[in-house]
Amino acid sequence: MEELLKVEQLKKHFVTSRGIVQAVSEATFSITAGETLGLVGESGSGKSTVAYMVMGLYQPTDGNIRFKDKNIGKYHQKRPLELKKELQIVFQDPGSSLNPRRSVGKILELPLKIHRIDSQFNLRKRILDLLDMVGLPKEYETKYPSSLGGGEKQMVAIARALSTDPSLIVLDEPTSALDVSIQAKIINTLIRIQKERNLGYLFITHDLSLMRNIAHRVAIMYLGRIVEQALTKDFFETPLHPYTQMLLASIPVVSEEEEKIKPERITSVGEIPSPVNIPPGCVFHPRCPKKMDICSQEEPTMVEYKPGHFVRCYLY
Amino acid sequence: MKEVLLDIKDLQVHFRVYGGFLKVLNGTNMRVYSGEKVGLVGETGCGKTTTMKAVMRILPKPHGITPEGKIIFKNKNVLSLKTQEIERLRRNEISMIFQDPTAALNPVFTIGEQLLDVFRYSKKNDGLKGKTLKQMAVDSLRAVALPDPERILASYPIQLSGGMRQRVCIALALANQKQLLIADEPGTSLDVTIQDQILRLIHRLAEERNMAVILISHSLGVIREWTERVYVMYAGSMVEEATTPKLFSQPLHPYTQALMECVPRLTGMKTNEGIPGRIPDYFFPPTGCRFHPRCPKKMAICQEEKPPFYQIDDNHQVACYLYKGES
Ligand SMILES: Nc1ncnc2c1ncn2[C@@H]1O[C@H](COP(=O)(O)OP(=O)(O)OP(=O)(O)O)[C@@H](O)[C@H]1O
Ligand SMILES: Nc1ncnc2c1ncn2[C@@H]1O[C@H](COP(=O)(O)OP(=O)(O)OP(=O)(O)O)[C@@H](O)[C@H]1O
Ligand code: SF4
Ligand SMILES: [Mg+2]
Ligand SMILES: [Mg+2]
Repeated sequence: MEELLKVEQLKKHFVTSRGIVQAVSEATFSITAGETLGLVGESGSGKSTVAYMVMGLYQPTDGNIRFKDKNIGKYHQKRPLELKKELQIVFQDPGSSLNPRRSVGKILELPLKIHRIDSQFNLRKRILDLLDMVGLPKEYETKYPSSLGGGEKQMVAIARALSTDPSLIVLDEPTSALDVSIQAKIINTLIRIQKERNLGYLFITHDLSLMRNIAHRVAIMYLGRIVEQALTKDFFETPLHPYTQMLLASIPVVSEEEEKIKPERITSVGEIPSPVNIPPGCVFHPRCPKKMDICSQEEPTMVEYKPGHFVRCYLY
Repeated sequence: MKEVLLDIKDLQVHFRVYGGFLKVLNGTNMRVYSGEKVGLVGETGCGKTTTMKAVMRILPKPHGITPEGKIIFKNKNVLSLKTQEIERLRRNEISMIFQDPTAALNPVFTIGEQLLDVFRYSKKNDGLKGKTLKQMAVDSLRAVALPDPERILASYPIQLSGGMRQRVCIALALANQKQLLIADEPGTSLDVTIQDQILRLIHRLAEERNMAVILISHSLGVIREWTERVYVMYAGSMVEEATTPKLFSQPLHPYTQALMECVPRLTGMKTNEGIPGRIPDYFFPPTGCRFHPRCPKKMAICQEEKPPFYQIDDNHQVACYLYKGES
């Protein structure tokens, strides 16, 4: 299968008045056409930072980003229009990503015009099609973001990302503001469009039940590092990393059946570490219920425990 | 006998927009007893946040609240309070964790400045020294599982991740002892281990302070785990109310039933299609039961008049004509 995106040893450090924030220390993954990679992890573990680097919104401190076999990591703001069209993002925070002074119609029209997607004549129809695709009534064309509910804004953002007909979309928690019914619709729409156009998705979410239903592969991030990566099925059947197990055990579910398949509850202990003061050894050791002596001394490397199932932990 | 803390009665909120009114809240009713944890769920855009903003009296203008409605908080109608009184209410009695943390934080002040303000102007802290206040701010950030509070205090909102901002907002909302906490999607941008820690904290404070909590969430799992009673809202009014276990074991309203079907399951590899049809247009809302255009069980009467609440038993009421004979 065609490899769309390949990210190697990606790093991002921010220099602040309070020291160097090591937001991303080690991210290596790839996404092929038609594939969804789910990126899950601790709040503040660097998921959005990875997404922003892929989009060229942040310059990586180190590492490579290759898109369709071209190195794009260094570009930063100067990416050619053609590349920008190929990569789209839907942000985590729908409120701030839409220009409050533009109507929904104008918001959707802008990328169509910049990328000369369609003739003036067809523009209106395209906009209405996009609205329809995400399930918004056509009257929304004239509404302004301030009058939309949180979820409705996100739907506009998704429509906007689809407008340039990209080949990879970064979805940074696109449905966390939506109710489950609309989430189901969006997810179905995303899956449908993915199949139709062989799109690649980098899907960031905290919702592991959702991940189970959409991602082909899952990567788990903790404090700037990917600590586990596997096919979705393997991941849920045999979660390896203690952090992953803790995550799975904390999922709030709606039925007894689901309650049964969750790992035994492991309550999170210890202080949550900070990316300014990275703990020595395994970055998870201060919270890990299974830590051993070696864990606080040296950082474990990523090992391939089973074909395609990678984990960064001394237990394996 | 439980004491009623908040009683929302027949609240109607209409927004004036170009060309007319959006008739969003359509006779919303909700009751919260002191110290109780109540869940509020419903479709995106159904008016959950609008209802809560009405309680806090922070709806953007222009809007119309029709006079039939009442919001009684501790025996006073919030809608008729004077500006000074409403400010006191917001400072001392009710806090709200906002759904959109970016909008709730001021981008030009550091987190420290914003947090210290809250502590400084709280009556309880009169006469406390700057150093003590700072320590309180640090502790409040630790309590919401934020690492290195010192860095966070010195940061501007833009320098924090979405989940960190959300936790800052939670720390702000929990800074003072209040009688009611409105938590609008408090876990949305947090990973489940942290979300769990936060909800645990809210739960603990609620018990310690005898604080009532209204928890709004799209995560039905969260609602199931952390609330005692649930309201289900559809297109501007409540359609079902039950104790939490009851609602999950025996949802009655066709909307609630459809909603439950949409929850992605940890067990299954299937994605549901979502509820057919779309959010109603508030410009021309459907007549009668606002769910009727999407309801698989609709009857002739459904489009004529808004169904009243039918009391199924002590712990369960539902606004749907299917249950007319059962109350
Ligand atoms: N512009 C910036 N300047 C300084 N620090 C930053 C900046 N952007 C992000 N950070 C820091 O980098 C770390 C990672 O942030 P990031 O937004 O990538 O996390 P995330 O995994 O997306 O979290 P969440 O799940 O909460 O959205 C955080 O500690 C954050 O404070
Ligand atoms: N200031 C406003 N002017 C016009 N319409 C508004 C305004 N505020 C909200 N609305 C409309 O009211 C409806 C309810 O919005 P509200 O934000 O209360 O929904 P919600 O239930 O909180 O949704 P979500 O789950 O997405 O947060 C939406 O259709 C929205 O477009
Ligand atoms: S390496 Fe050690 S500390 Fe880290 S997760 Fe594995 S067992 Fe725990
Ligand atoms: Mg993020
Ligand atoms: Mg809301």
